[in-house]
Amino acid sequence: MTLRDLINKLLGRETASANTARERLQLVLAHDRVDMSSLSTDLLDKMRNEILNVVAKYVEIDFDEVAVSLETEDRMTALVANLPIKRTISGEIKFKNIEKTNK
Amino acid sequence: MAKTNRTILICSGKGGVGKTTLTANLGIALANSGASTAVLDADFGLRNLDLLLGLENRIIYTAQDVLDNNCRLDQALVRHKQEPNLALLPAGDPRMLDWMKPDDMKKISNLLSEKFDYVLIDCPAGVEDGFKNALAASKEAIVVTNPELSAVRDADRVVGILNTCDIDPIQLVINRVRPTMMANQEMLSVEDVTSILSLPLLGIVLEDEQVIISTNRGEPLTLSGKKSPASKCYSNISQRIRGEDVPVIDPNKESKSLKDKFLKLMQTKIF
Ligand SMILES: Nc1ncnc2c1ncn2[C@@H]1O[C@H](COP(=O)(O)OP(=O)(O)OP(=O)(O)O)[C@@H](O)[C@H]1O
Ligand SMILES: [Mg+2]
Repeated sequence: MTLRDLINKLLGRETASANTARERLQLVLAHDRVDMSSLSTDLLDKMRNEILNVVAKYVEIDFDEVAVSLETEDRMTALVANLPIKRTISGEIKFKNIEKTNK
Repeated sequence: MAKTNRTILICSGKGGVGKTTLTANLGIALANSGASTAVLDADFGLRNLDLLLGLENRIIYTAQDVLDNNCRLDQALVRHKQEPNLALLPAGDPRMLDWMKPDDMKKISNLLSEKFDYVLIDCPAGVEDGFKNALAASKEAIVVTNPELSAVRDADRVVGILNTCDIDPIQLVINRVRPTMMANQEMLSVEDVTSILSLPLLGIVLEDEQVIISTNRGEPLTLSGKKSPASKCYSNISQRIRGEDVPVIDPNKESKSLKDKFLKLMQTKIF
């Protein structure tokens, strides 16, 4: 927060329009950029199933908690897979694991 | 010394942000520094670069005529009288029936880059065929934008396309910067735009009515040698293109009035 923002707040004035512009821009670009990446939801689903099958060969996954999504930041889109592990096949209980793959 | 060999696309996505004005002024400034420079008007639907350079009455042939073997390249090039290191080549004219294809543009830009140190390509607005043609002919790009929502959004689309076409480097120029409005936080700041687009900042150009006056005369600001806020910015950008180690002009330092200093103080981050 800047000195100006503070004064605006105290006086009950609107925030400077540049801040509004920045926030609106960040939102709209997040959408634009995902649209640009050609990964369709179908493809993402297919990929998700294949990833799960591979991982399930080695560890037991909590299928209800699995989340695979695309996240965009700084013009880089990352495939983020969160696969909570219940236990390894050998029987030990393991902690939650996060797997990250860059696109 | 080895010949510099750079072909730079000047593009924006959104129309009217200042591509042609930048191309004309950089063309003159680079030529003035001693580099042989060609400016290629790839906007053949709406040709303007000739007007800004004051060369509208001297165009006889276009790049299309060169490709069709109606004339030689040096016949189609229009040399600037006061700045003989600069030549203009219009890609075509609005009456043209056969529009150029990406391969045609590639051929022309290859011919030009054999002869010139710098080839600047003034791109049409939009992300359609005209832009794609110009893109095919370039190796690096300057993305021009204004500190406004719609211009930045469109610039982002263009950057997305440039990235998939192996254009490198892609640098940013922010045009029509108003220091007082920025200090007032009523305009996206240079830092905002740069970080949102995540591009290296090549330079900024201040809002300046001299730009309009010089356009009226067909004499780019960098030609007259007259000092004006925008002309200083154009020279700064041309130095940075040539690899000189000069800092980007800081809009905060360009406004020296007491009011602006006060506004700057108000921008101090308190938490
Ligand atoms: N720094 C500036 N200060 C004031 N006016 C400017 C500045 N830069 C550009 N302009 C004005 O903005 C208008 C558009 O400029 P210009 O023709 O260079 O844009 P463009 O991006 O080439 O447009 P188009 O997309 O139609 O080709 C012109 O009237 C020009 O004089
Ligand atoms: Mg133009």
